[in-house]
Amino acid sequence: MIPRPRPERFRLRRTMMFMNAQRPGLIKDAYIYGVDSIMLDLEDAVAENQKDAARFSLYHALKHIDYGDTEVIVRINGLDTPHWQEDVRVCVAGGADGVRIAKCESADDVRRIEEHVLAAEKEFGVEEGRTLLMAALESPKGILNAREICQASERMLGVAISGGDFRKSMHVRTERSGIEINTARSLMLLAAREAGIQCFDTVFTSLDDEEGFRAEVELDHAMGFDGKSLINPRQIAYVHKTFAPTEKEIATAELYVRSYEEQSKRGVGVYTVNGKMVDIPFIEDAQRVIALAKACGVYHGDL
Amino acid sequence: MKNAVGREIPDKLLTGGKEVYQGKFHMDGKAYHKAGPVVRRAEKPQESKVLGSIREACEKCGAHDGMTVSFHHAFRNGDYVTSMVMKVLVEEMGLKDLTVATTSLGSAQDLLADYIEEGKIIGVQSSGVRGRIGEVISAGKLKTPAIIRSHGGRPRAIETGELSIDITFIAASSADDYGNASGTGGKNNCGTLGYAVADSRYANHVVVVTDTLVPFPNMPAAISSIDVDCVVVVDAIGDPKKIGTKEARVTEDPRNLMMAENCARIMAATPYFKDGFSFQTGVGGPSLAVNRYLEDYMRERGIVMGFALGGMGGNICDLMDKGLVRKLLDTQDFDTKAIEHLAAHPDKHLEISTSEYANPANKGAYVNKLDFVVLAALEIDTDFNVNVLTGSDGVLRGAPGGHPDTAAGSKCCIIVTPLVRGRMATVCKKVVTVTTPGDCVDVLVTDYGIAVNPARGDLIECLDAAGIVHTTIEALQEKAYSLVGEPDELEWEDSVIAILEARDGTILDVVRKIKPVEL
Repeated sequence: MIPRPRPERFRLRRTMMFMNAQRPGLIKDAYIYGVDSIMLDLEDAVAENQKDAARFSLYHALKHIDYGDTEVIVRINGLDTPHWQEDVRVCVAGGADGVRIAKCESADDVRRIEEHVLAAEKEFGVEEGRTLLMAALESPKGILNAREICQASERMLGVAISGGDFRKSMHVRTERSGIEINTARSLMLLAAREAGIQCFDTVFTSLDDEEGFRAEVELDHAMGFDGKSLINPRQIAYVHKTFAPTEKEIATAELYVRSYEEQSKRGVGVYTVNGKMVDIPFIEDAQRVIALAKACGVYHGDL
Repeated sequence: MKNAVGREIPDKLLTGGKEVYQGKFHMDGKAYHKAGPVVRRAEKPQESKVLGSIREACEKCGAHDGMTVSFHHAFRNGDYVTSMVMKVLVEEMGLKDLTVATTSLGSAQDLLADYIEEGKIIGVQSSGVRGRIGEVISAGKLKTPAIIRSHGGRPRAIETGELSIDITFIAASSADDYGNASGTGGKNNCGTLGYAVADSRYANHVVVVTDTLVPFPNMPAAISSIDVDCVVVVDAIGDPKKIGTKEARVTEDPRNLMMAENCARIMAATPYFKDGFSFQTGVGGPSLAVNRYLEDYMRERGIVMGFALGGMGGNICDLMDKGLVRKLLDTQDFDTKAIEHLAAHPDKHLEISTSEYANPANKGAYVNKLDFVVLAALEIDTDFNVNVLTGSDGVLRGAPGGHPDTAAGSKCCIIVTPLVRGRMATVCKKVVTVTTPGDCVDVLVTDYGIAVNPARGDLIECLDAAGIVHTTIEALQEKAYSLVGEPDELEWEDSVIAILEARDGTILDVVRKIKPVEL
C-alpha cells in the first residue's frame, strides 16, 4: 500500500492529463511523463457496462502505484447517472487526491458531492477534509453559476471548462480564434479569481494539429488560466514551456522585489525602475512570478 | 582469464596472440601489416566478365570444401543472394565445412540454419545473428564458435588478415559487364554498398551478383571493376521493401517520444551542440524519433548539423532537405526514401565503407569525429555495459552493428531504452553478454529517469546547469527490480557457442550454450 501525503489545495497544476481508469497499461506509470496532475477517468472514456471494472482498476492503481509528486484526481460520473455515489466511495477509499465533478451546474451539486465525500471519508477512516474537489463546467447554466460554484466549498481547488459539451449546448464548432467560447472562458476565469481558486482550460483534441494546439496554449496563458487539460503526454512539454516565466520576466521580477526591499526601508512607496513606475501591486505580481518560476524549476536565484 | 569488463574468457581461446579486452583504446598506436588478397591478373583483354550462372562463377573462382565465403546485408530481411549462393554451394556443388562471413544475418537467411544443422556450414562470422540461425547456434549445432564482430571490427579483421575471404558474393542493384557495381540504378535498389567495400578489396575472388546489367561504365560505383572477377545476372537480388522492418518506423508512442525528447534536451545541454556538430542514431523507436526534436533545437539556436553518420532513414534525409544537415555519410539505407535520396544527391549524401565508418585499426575512422550517438539496448547494467546481442533467455538474437564503434568514438554516447520490457528489467545488475563496454557509454535515458556515467563529471555539470533532472543508474536498476522483480541467473553449459570480439579484436565476452530448461 502506498500512503499518499495530504493533498495541497493550491499547487502547480499547469497540466492535467486525462487517462482511462480502465486501462492498467496506461495508468500503471502515468507519472513518468512529468505531468502535474493525472485525471483518471471513470466517466466518458469508460463504457456504460464497464463502470464497475474501471472502479476496480482505479482502486488497485491508487493503492499499489507510487505516483510520487504527481497529483491524482479522478473524474467521476455525473450527478444524473446511477454511478457517481459508488465512484465517490472508490475515490476516497483508494485515497485519490481529488474528485472532478463532471457536468457541475450549481453550488448545490458541489455540496452534494461534498456530503458523500465526507461520508466516505468517515466510512473508510480517511482524514476528514482530505479529499479535494474541482468542478467541470460543461453547460451554459454551469458557466452562469460559476460564481456560486467556485465559492461552494473549502475543498474546491479549481474549475475547468469542458469544451466539447459546452460547444454542443451552444450550437457552435471549435473555432481557431476561440471566439465561440471566449465569454465562457472569461466568466469562469473571473469567478475563479474572485473566489481565489484555480482555473483550467479544456482539452485540445486534434493531436496532429501542432500549430493549433500551440496557439490555444498561448491563448490560455495570455488569458490567465493556471493550466490546461490534456489528452496525450505529447502535449505536456509545450504547456510547461509556455506557462513557465521567461528569463526576462524572472529578471524583471527579481529587480522589482529587490528594489522594493531597498526603497521600503527608506520609507518610499512608489518609485521608478528603468523609467517605469513601480508600486505595491507590481511587487505582488513580481513575487508571484518568482514563486511560479521556483515551482516550474526554472528559478536559480536566491530570493 | 578475466577481462576489463569482468568477464571470464577461457584460456583455450587465447591462442595465436589473441588477448582479452583491456579497456578502450588499448590497441592505439599498434603497428601491423595489412593483409593482401591473392589476385589473378586479367591482362589479356576480355570483353565481358558476365558468366551464365552462380555455379559457373563459383567454379571459376575455385570454390572448395573448407573455404570462407562472404556477403553483405544491405537488403536486410529482403536479401535473396546469401541463400541463393549457399544453396548452390551446398546442394548443387555438394561442398562442406564452409565458413560464412557476412556483415549480418537475419530471418532472410533462415535456410543457413539447415546447413548448420547438417554440418555443411561449420563457421559463422557476423555482426548479427537473428532468427533460426541464432537458435541453432545457441543450441550448439555450429561446429566452431560463431565470431561476432561490430561493423568496425569486421573490416579491421579483414584488413589485419584475421578474416581471410576466399570468395565474396556482392549483391549489387546495378552492374556493368566488367563489374562496376552500385546499390542504385537498378530495379531493386538498396542504396549504399558500404558494407561490401572491404570484401571487394580484400577477398581473393569477387563475384558481383546483379539483376540489372547496365552499359559500361556503371559509374560512380562503390565496387570497382578492377577488383571483380566475374558478374552473374539473376532474376532478383532482393526485395527493397523488406529492408525497412517495423523497427525503422518513427514512433508515435508517447513513451518513446518522451525519451527521444530527453535525448535531444541532453544533447542541446552539452558544449558539443554547436554549428557543424555530428550525429548518429540507430533505428530503434526512440532513437529514430530524436531527429524530430533535434530539429527544434537546431532552429532555436540557428545551427546546422555538419554531418550525420551511419545508417540513414527518410527522416534524416528530410532534415538535410530542410537545410539542417550538410553531409550524410551513409553505410546503410533503411528505407526507400533514403535509397532514393542517396541516388539523387551525390554531392552531399555520400556512400562510405564500413572501414571509413568505424574500423579502429585504420588511421582514423569517422566515428572518431562523432559528437553524439543515440543508441538502443536490450540490457544495460550498473557498470553501463550494454548488451544488444543475447536475449533474456541467453539465445543469440541481436547485433552489435555499429554500437560499440560509435560508443567508443563519440564524445557523448546516449543509450535510450525503456526501463522494463514486459516482465524483463532492461536496467539490471549484470548484462547477459557485454557487447559495448561501459567505459564507452556516457548517458542512459529511460522512461523512468536519466543517469549519467559517473566517469563523465563534465556531462553531469552540463545537465545540472540545464536543469535536467537525473539520478544514478543504481536507482534506476532498483526501480526496475521493484517493478518486475530480480531475474534468476541464467544457467549455462561449459561449451562456448559464440565469441564476442571487441572492436579492437580482443575478446570482450563469450556466449555459452544455454542449459535446456527442465520443468
